[in-house]
Amino acid sequence: MSEQAYEAVGDYQYGFHDPENATIRFDKGLSEQVVRDISALKNEPEWMTEIRVKAYHHFMDRPMPDWGNCGMLESIDFDNVTYFLRSSDQTEKDWDDVPDDIKNTFDRLGIPEAEQKWLGGVTAQYESEAVYHSIREDLEAQGVLFFDMDTGLKEHPEIVKKYFCSVVPYTDNKFAALNTAVWSGGSFIYVPKNVHVEMPVQAYFRINAKNMGQFERTLIIADEGSSIHYVEGCTAPTYSTDSLHSAVVELIAMDNAKIRYSTVQNWSANVYNLVTKRGIAHSNSVIEWVDGNIGSKLTMKYPAVILKGDGAHAEVISVAYAGEGQHQDAGAKVHHLAPNTTSNILSKSISKNGGRSSYRGMLQVSPKAEGCRSKVVCDALMLDEDSRSDTYPTMEVGNSTADLEHEASVSKISGEQLFYLMSRGFTEEEAMGMIVNGFFEPFTRELPMEYAVELNKLLELEMEGSIG
Amino acid sequence: MEVLQIKDLHISVGGTPIINGISMTINKGEVHAIMGRNGAGKSTLANAIMGHPAYEITSGSVTFLGEPLDDYEVHERARAGMFLSFQYPPSIPGVQVGNFLKKSVSSIRNEQLKARDFRKELNAAMSQLEMDKSFLSRYVNDGFSGGEKKRLETLQMLLLKPRLALLDETDSGLDIDALRVVSKGINEIAQESGCLVITHYQRLLDLVKPDYVHAMIDGKIVQSGGPELALKLEEKGYDWLEAI
Repeated sequence: MSEQAYEAVGDYQYGFHDPENATIRFDKGLSEQVVRDISALKNEPEWMTEIRVKAYHHFMDRPMPDWGNCGMLESIDFDNVTYFLRSSDQTEKDWDDVPDDIKNTFDRLGIPEAEQKWLGGVTAQYESEAVYHSIREDLEAQGVLFFDMDTGLKEHPEIVKKYFCSVVPYTDNKFAALNTAVWSGGSFIYVPKNVHVEMPVQAYFRINAKNMGQFERTLIIADEGSSIHYVEGCTAPTYSTDSLHSAVVELIAMDNAKIRYSTVQNWSANVYNLVTKRGIAHSNSVIEWVDGNIGSKLTMKYPAVILKGDGAHAEVISVAYAGEGQHQDAGAKVHHLAPNTTSNILSKSISKNGGRSSYRGMLQVSPKAEGCRSKVVCDALMLDEDSRSDTYPTMEVGNSTADLEHEASVSKISGEQLFYLMSRGFTEEEAMGMIVNGFFEPFTRELPMEYAVELNKLLELEMEGSIG
Repeated sequence: MEVLQIKDLHISVGGTPIINGISMTINKGEVHAIMGRNGAGKSTLANAIMGHPAYEITSGSVTFLGEPLDDYEVHERARAGMFLSFQYPPSIPGVQVGNFLKKSVSSIRNEQLKARDFRKELNAAMSQLEMDKSFLSRYVNDGFSGGEKKRLETLQMLLLKPRLALLDETDSGLDIDALRVVSKGINEIAQESGCLVITHYQRLLDLVKPDYVHAMIDGKIVQSGGPELALKLEEKGYDWLEAI
């Protein structure tokens, strides 16, 4: 990509795109035949084809959500989306074998370098499918299964069949139905009993083609007493027309297991990002969502945990950054179904240049879930008068023994903070960047360091040119 | 050498005149103290010199190291060697003191600091101010006691080595031990810089010896003198000056 083209995409660091060299590309638009073709192309078992087709019909019948940003949702043109695009004939295990154009993209995103330094495994997905995959030998030897989802289905159909759609059924919502119909790629992970995966494993999702729909499907099962940290990064080029990203993530934490799922999504400003993420936590297990949403046109995403077993714990830490023309509708859902379950939700959002961020939360305590504790904290920071922030918290509490706290705040950067930092030698932009990074710090400190550094750089970049 | 020169300075806040014609010259190595009641305009003067956007200079001039300051933004004043120790330093949640100091010092010195060299310098300054290392991982002024805030201000001053130090009620909220430590820091800086110390009380001036003392009433300096003026103000208050 030329320097000029890079200039043209402006602030968004990953706005470059590479030429498309598809080996298989479906025509735009969706039909039962497209769904069947995707399944046939992947040589899937019959049962998977059937789920896809049922999900397709549910998607067609189901109306758009009547909440959230309805105007933006209605503007999605489903007929103008490419639902499947294969850019490489196989998933490579050796980085050198990945086609050069794709390799260049990921090199630029720093993926192979990160793998060498600090990851236990990597999947890199380009358009619809994984192009590169590796896992450390020691993890493989301990029986950890880490594949892209297509391979997972081929190699371990019995596990996939058992858990697929068990946490997020295709009837859950319109976009979960769409994903189930046309899913491709994503990660499949199984961690055996009592195995602790010490280094994070990572998947990186890249949309390159125009009007592309990316529908990855991720399934992570942590068996009893095991633990894993999964990290997900996403980017897409800046085009004048929109792309659609609609993923489904299902987590299952068995008794005493722990799953942490960290995401830094940095989509370009023309991506609809409509994602369903949910986990089921069995007795004394822990599920943590660490979820960062930067970029996209519209994000609707509410990582959820069903606390099904006694003493299970949920942690949802999320940040959202909404700039010009963007709406981040994000939040968290926790369902306390068992006694002595606990949850913490921390949501932080920043709106700038007319951007809008909403917190939408659901906290449910069932009648038999005695002795639950939950704390919800929502902080919004508005950088100017044109921006908007709303909070939509819902609580359904079925018994009186629950100990629930909810705190919410909306603040602005104070003139005194800016003056103070500027008197210490920082320009106004640097000072804003510092305050914004500080605001997100409770989130950033939960990320692996490489991601934290990257996120801070991104936010500083966002602050450039923000002083009118 | 002349560090700061103020000529017939008038300052308004939101259209209300606060400072009504002040002139003053501070040379290198001099400590000037401004004393006055609450609301006399002392803090306004310090903030306006630093360039606070809410304080409008309506007439008169401020010259720093021979240059008129009119077009300098706040951070440019800081980079040129001006430092304001805040009366009420605001907190910056999520920003760790250690990081903040390193970034601030490197932007003011305009150089990339070597981590090891900076750490050494920082350790020396902190032990001089009897500050515990745990300060470095706390968030800037967040949850700090009054005394801790003033220590952090003084630490920044020691590291930044300004040409002009404006100290806005640095002694308020300090217990006697903290006052002793902070004064040590001021005295060190005062040898190489011009210092403008704003205070209500004599007790700081027992430890930081002023060369000049100015009494301010209603945005004007009504009397200037040596250290003996501070003692007189401490003893007699300000009423006798109003008669003049």
